[in-house]
Formats: sequence, structure tokens, C-alpha cells
Amino acid sequence: MELTVWTYEGPPHIGAMRIAASMDAVHLVLHAPLGDSYADLLFTMIARSAARPPVSYTSFQARDLGGDTAQLVKTRLAETVARFKPQALLVGEACTAELLQDQPGALALGMGFDIPVIPLELPAFTRKESWGASETFHQLVRALLSGRPMPEGAGDPAGRAQAEGRRPRANLLGPSALGFRCRDDVAEVTKLLDSLGVDVHLVAPAGATPADLTGMLAADFNICLYPEIAHSTCVWLERMFKQPWVRTVPIGVGATRDFLLEVARLTGLDPEPALARARTRLPWFSRSVDSTYLTGKRVFIFGDATHVMAAVRVAREELGFDVVGFGSYSREFARELRALGEDIGVEALITDDYLAVEARVAELHPELVLGTQMERHIAKRIGIPCAVISSPVHVQDFPARYAPQMGFEGANVIFDTWVHPLMMGLEEHLITMFREDSEFDDGEVPERPSQPAQATAPVLADAGEPNPRPAEAGAPAPGESADATEVRWESDAEKELRKIPFFVRGKARRNTENFARERGLSLISVDTLYDAKAHFGR
Amino acid sequence: MTDIPSASSTAGFSSSPNVLAGSSLAVRHERGERQAFCGLSGIVWLHRKMQDSFFLVVGSRTCAHMMQSAAGVMIFAEPRFGTALLQDRDLAGLADANDELDRVVRELLARRPDIGTLFLVATCPSEVIKLDLDTAAARLQQAHGGRVRILAYSGSGLDTSFTQGEDSCLRALVPHLPELPAMQRSLLVVGSLADVVEDQFQRLFDKLGIGPVHFLPPRRAADLPPVGPGTFLIAAQPFVGETMDALRERGSQLITAPFPFGIEGTRAWLLAIAAAWGISTQQVDEVIAAPAARAKTALARYREQLGGKRVSFLPDSQLEIPLGRFLARECGMQLGELGVPYLDRRLMEPELALLPKDTQLTEGQDLEPQLERLRAERPDITVCGLGLANPLEAEGLTTKWAIELVFTPIQGFDQAADLAELFARPLNRRQRLGF
Repeated sequence: MELTVWTYEGPPHIGAMRIAASMDAVHLVLHAPLGDSYADLLFTMIARSAARPPVSYTSFQARDLGGDTAQLVKTRLAETVARFKPQALLVGEACTAELLQDQPGALALGMGFDIPVIPLELPAFTRKESWGASETFHQLVRALLSGRPMPEGAGDPAGRAQAEGRRPRANLLGPSALGFRCRDDVAEVTKLLDSLGVDVHLVAPAGATPADLTGMLAADFNICLYPEIAHSTCVWLERMFKQPWVRTVPIGVGATRDFLLEVARLTGLDPEPALARARTRLPWFSRSVDSTYLTGKRVFIFGDATHVMAAVRVAREELGFDVVGFGSYSREFARELRALGEDIGVEALITDDYLAVEARVAELHPELVLGTQMERHIAKRIGIPCAVISSPVHVQDFPARYAPQMGFEGANVIFDTWVHPLMMGLEEHLITMFREDSEFDDGEVPERPSQPAQATAPVLADAGEPNPRPAEAGAPAPGESADATEVRWESDAEKELRKIPFFVRGKARRNTENFARERGLSLISVDTLYDAKAHFGR
Repeated sequence: MTDIPSASSTAGFSSSPNVLAGSSLAVRHERGERQAFCGLSGIVWLHRKMQDSFFLVVGSRTCAHMMQSAAGVMIFAEPRFGTALLQDRDLAGLADANDELDRVVRELLARRPDIGTLFLVATCPSEVIKLDLDTAAARLQQAHGGRVRILAYSGSGLDTSFTQGEDSCLRALVPHLPELPAMQRSLLVVGSLADVVEDQFQRLFDKLGIGPVHFLPPRRAADLPPVGPGTFLIAAQPFVGETMDALRERGSQLITAPFPFGIEGTRAWLLAIAAAWGISTQQVDEVIAAPAARAKTALARYREQLGGKRVSFLPDSQLEIPLGRFLARECGMQLGELGVPYLDRRLMEPELALLPKDTQLTEGQDLEPQLERLRAERPDITVCGLGLANPLEAEGLTTKWAIELVFTPIQGFDQAADLAELFARPLNRRQRLGF
């Protein structure tokens, strides 16, 4: 057993639902008890999708367990196929049904449906959502394409397109329901490929039907946009049908250029015209004087592997931040993440434990957090600005406007999204300049709670309400143990501390107290404050 | 494992109308696909209500994910609930799972010194592998007894549907309630109410001279109310049937009444309590005159907006029957199909008597046929769970998410208009939008 508060990923059958909900003409039957249909609201409420996910549940209850739950499965299967008439049927089970060992997949295969039936093995107690999504997509593609002949000219995108007298064409693989900004990324990448002279043959799973998937091999190559979903499918397609695939994920200016170069290499096209036509404001905005204040901002990054690895590069190379910590819940990509960590001299935190991430953020006390919905809460609690860069997300992260992350427009969106939570250069100076002004009088310093954070936390656990605690993190952050020696402030020092602008005061307080503790000081004087400032200053 | 209470158990997926005894209402029983939360969701309000409690769900990642989704991932701190995730090695042998649970509880109690009462919450997987949490709670109580009270209950979807989780939790508290001293009498109000509503009722009880009054659940799990033969029980929520039975087994007496929704319901509820105290209708009417008049004024404008409109309920929270009664009788609405997750006649008889005679009551659910009936009916407003609301809106139906009715203070005179407003707002919005 493992104690968890929140979870970054759902169980694997949620991943299967994401694939079904992404596609058309597919239906998933889940053998699952009453209550598991909660998952529908991820799609209808968080992503605001107008249709229910194409999922039917057996909804078994205690009274069914004494009888024949297998019969329930068969009834649900028969009714689902008759009602929805899908082109392909996915059959899976949620965690409890897995324990019953009814084997709904085998039951479905035995029912003689005249459509492809894909039984899914979704081991709920060992695997998680991304794996479930990746596996479902892979199994579906496999079921529909296995045994097909190798297309003529496979493995040579340039030659094949030329021979057929057309532009090279690609499948965009990986965009899915509940993914981060997939809808807009697809539009942006499609434009980007068009600028190079490449057509998009198929987008999948998002918007595709099983019939569309059977035509996948007509594309010359695949683009693995979201490795969490599409990596294993791309690898399989390459192995079986020699369809090459593009590794670079075009997030950020540098990666978008690399992406164009990689696609150009594969297709024999000249990348220069497309690169020359690139329109992005990020490089100039980053060089503009007002961005000077971004220099060396200490940033912590956490999310899925795709967005985190891209964000590390953008943060370092395109915004001039210091990445002081990063990590991911995508265990499947732990090796790549660790390698990146070695490259930049920061150890990657690979964990599914929200509390471990919270402790790391509290310990590093960065100036900006780039993360998921969970890190938004962590940052809010500790009083650090935050931007969301990855699933899992909140309803607000499914914007009505066009807001891609990929391609050149995506880079513009990233610049805005990441920089806005921070104070702008001139703004920061003005506030420092006028800090004695009554307008900036932010009141009394709240008395420091003496209880450990654990004891005060429940007061804040208020659904839907903004954090009532002021930005200054008065209470020790989680991860800081309650037994840390209590350090007191001389009243002069406390007054001096209050002259520091409120938005950095919390950090100054923490730094000074840590400084004092490390030196065994129990009382902080004005000098201690400035000694600490000199020690931590940069 | 107990069953979800059902008026009559129907095998298979068929639906069969039959007539409710003592009432002319026809009840359709359905079994099939359900769209309802499981009882675990009750934790989301119970952990807010009992501030010194912690709920440890012993289940799978699905359970943790469900809690997160039900809470809307909107809690800005470590909440007072968590999940002990069952993993492959826990499923291998039960002794192992018990050791693991002991370890997780030890870690949790070390991490959270603020926990006064710890609930171990059983789930579908923990029940299927027959992990006995009652025994585990007793064992852990031995180990940590000086510091915390440790209890177990089931929030599993095999046993409970949505609000029924609260019933299961409260029932677990009953054996631990102290004994009300002999010769004393008290009122026990059962079912969680918002603090503000409790305070309003308490003021009315004070004016009526009814007391002492206790509430279950209490605001602090440590402050358990006493119970005994002198206790009069009244349900404030329609989903506490099992708790009421357990309390009656401790000798207390049940007062049955309509639920305190709307002016009529609140008055009838108070009258029933007052009658047990030998207080006359006239006295009650004097005490409630001001709030009832206030409520009447406030309700009038919503009656205008809602009057004549047709409302249907899909089964969700057990609040459907009292709410349907309120909307029909006090807001002038017409009832379409009224779906309930289960029909608990122990508590519902007084409400059923007030429903319009032609109400189409459905117990249980078979989702797709029910949606077909709804589409054919096309009511002005449909009350449904979160998973269905947006898709129905997309089909052009106006909806009210049922969950807000569980989380918002809606009982009592001063909330009668707020309750009506919850139904008026979606209609109002539909009218305002220019497309």
C-alpha cells in the first residue's frame, strides 16, 4: 500500500477511455461497479466536451456478485453494439472487475460481433493512465492493421512521394482527449508542415475512426506528437511497416526549428523557406530590455515527460531562466528524463507522489513553478507564481481561444503564459522604489503560527476558495519538520523585514531563518538579516 | 456486504411498473447502467463537516482519482482524506495487506497529529478481496487508542450510491455514541447540515423550548452526541435510513416527517418534532411566523419564474423526492419522470404522500432507455449528475447539476428561496443568452 493524497494519473482504464473519447465510431464497454462512471465528468465537465464519452458500464453491485456478473457483461455488450453500432469495440475492465476475473474481452470475442473487438488488458494495480492510453491506441492500431501487406516504397518517404508525384504525407499521432492543448497543437503543426510542403494524412487518435486507422499506411511517415500516447504505436508501425517517425516534439522556437529540419531530412525537402517564413515574437521579446529581469529566475518544472522536457529547453535557452528542479510522473520516460537531468546538472524527480513534489518545491523555493493543476495548488499554498504546462488540468486549462503550445505560435503563447505570472521589469523596480508609499502599505505582519504546517493545513482545505493565507508563507512549508529550532526576530529586525516588498518578504524571512538556524542563532538581529541577504544574494 | 436498499428486487435488466403500497404512485424499477457517484464521494463534505476527522480510503488508484475528480481538484491544501493504494503485492495475501494498512496508518498519524477520528473507508476492491476493515479498525484502535478513535465503514459502489456513503459513515458512529442518561430526553437531528442551517434550526428549537438538541454528524467527530431511550430522532437528510435503524436499536424514537425543504417541508418537520414535545401547532406557527413570512416573500418571485415549468430528475442524491415535492407544491412546477437511486420507504412515506398522484417514480436506473424517455419528454429543466449535464445541454435541454443541491445549504425557511433560485438560474440563463 502507498499513501496518496492526489494522483497525477488515473488508472489505466481512464487511459482507454481517453482513446475512445478521442475517436469517432469506437465504443468502449467497461466492466466496472456503480460509481466508476464518475470518469465521464472528466470529459464532460473538465474538458467541456459536448458529448458523453462513448463508454458503457456494467455498473454491477453487491447483489450481482452472488449471481452471474458475466451475464451482465454480455447483456451490456449486446445492448451497446445494437445501440451505438460502432466500427470497433473496445472491451476492458476497471480495477474491481479485474479482481472478479470475468474476462469480458474473451466473452466479447465469443459473441460473434461482425466488427473488430479489441480486448484490453488494463492491470489497474500496476499500471496507470498514460500506459493505458498508449496500450489501447497500440492494440487498436494493431488489431486493425495486423497482417496487412507492406506498402510499396515503405521506409523511403522522399522516394515514395516522388514516385507517386505528390507531396509527402504524415500521420500526426498522439493528440487525445484530456491531453494538454492537443486541439490547437494539431492545427499549428498542420500549418507548420504545410509551410514545409508536407500534408497531414491522418490525425489519430483525436478525430479518427477505425476506418481511418486502416488507411494509416498510406502515409509516408509518422509524427509522434505526444510520446506518452503514441510512442509504442510509432515503434510498432516502424517495425512492421517500415514507417519512419519523427522524434522531435516542436515545443519552443528551437525545438520547432529542429522539428522542421528533422521532417525535411526525412522527406528530402528544403527547410530554408519554411524557416525563413517563421513568425514568432518570442526571440525578440526575450531580448527586449524589459525581459532583463527574467535573467536567472529560478524555475521548477513538473508534468508529463513531453511538456517537461520541452519546457526545460525553453526555460533555459529561450527565456534565460535557471531550471533549479524538474521532474515528471511519466515513469515510462524516466530514462530520457534522467539523461536530461544529467545534461543540465539537475536531478530529475520521477514520482507519482504529489507530497514529494510539494516537498521539493518547498525546499527549492523557486521564483516560478511550471506544472500541472497540482503544482498550481502547491505554488498557491507556498505563495509562488505558477503557470500550467501539462495535464492533469483544470477546466480553465481548456481555453476557448486558440492557444497552442507547439510550433511558432505555440512559442508566443508560452512566452505570454509563463511570463505573465511574474512581475515585469519596470513594475518590479517601481514597486521597490515606492515601497515606503502608503499605497504599498500591506498591513501588519501576521503573527507566525507556531503549529506545524500539518496542523494548520486543514483550515485551508476549502473547496473552490482562494487561499486565504497572504502571499508571505508564514507557516513553515510542508517538508520542513516541526522540530526545527524556533528562531525569533528582534523587533528592529522584524521592522526592517517589513521594509522589504511583500512579494519577496516571505523568501527573505525563510532565508534569514534558515541562515540563523544553520549558524545556531536563536535571535535574528538587523545584522543577521543583512548577513543572510549577503549570503544568499546574487 | 449489504445491498442497496430496494423496494423490491427485480432480477436482470427488466423494468416492471408496480404500485406502491399505501400510495397510488406507480413505481418503475430499473436495473442497468448507472450514472451516479459511489458512496466515497460523501467524504468530500464529511471531511469539511467534521474538522477533526480524516478519511483513509483503502482502495485502488481509481478511488483516489474519483475523490480527486469529485472534489474538482479544487482543494488548495492537503485535505483531510487520502487513499491507501492497494497494489499487486497487497492482493497476493491478506496478512500482508493488513500489515501494510497498519504501516500506512502509522505513517499517516505521524504526519497528521491533528487527526482525532480516523475513518477507514472500504471500497469495491477492498471488499472484493475481503479485506476486513472493521477488524482492522479494532486492531488499530488497540495500537493507537490513546490518541485517536479509529472506525471503519463502506463507501464502496457495491454497497452504496453517492449520498448513501454518509449513511454508512454515520451508522459506523452509532455504537460509539455515549448513552443519554436515563430519564432525560433530547432531540437528535441526523444528516449533515451546513453549520449556518444548524444554527438557524437551533435558534428555532430554543424559541420552542425544545432541547437539548444534538446533531449527527457533529462539527467535531470527538463531540459525539448522546443517544438513548429518551432520544427523539429526526432525519434532516433523506439518505440516513440505516443510521436511523441503528439509532432505534439503541432505544431512541423515530419522528417521521417530510424533509425540511421549502416552507411547507420545514414547517411540517418542525411540527412533527414539536408534537413529540407536546407543543401545539399554534405555538409553532407563532415562532416560525417571521421566518416563514420572509421565506414566502422571497419565494414569490421564483414561483413566477418556475410556475408551469416541467422538471425531470435523473437518479442521483436521494434528494429527488423531497425536492420534487417542493418544486411541485411550492413553486408550481410540473413533475416529469422522477428518478431516485433507491426508494427508502422507512423515511420517505410522508414525502410520497405529498407528491402529485400522477408522479412517474423510477427507482434504480437503466441509463440509455431513461435518456430516451427524457428526450421524448423534453422537460424545461432536468436535474442530473455532472457526467450528463453538459451532453444534455448540448442536446438543447436545460439542466441543473444535482451536486450543487448536496453542497449548498438548502434546508429551512431562510434557504427556501435559495433552493428555488438554484432551479431558476439555469432557466434564467437560457433566456438571457442571445443564441
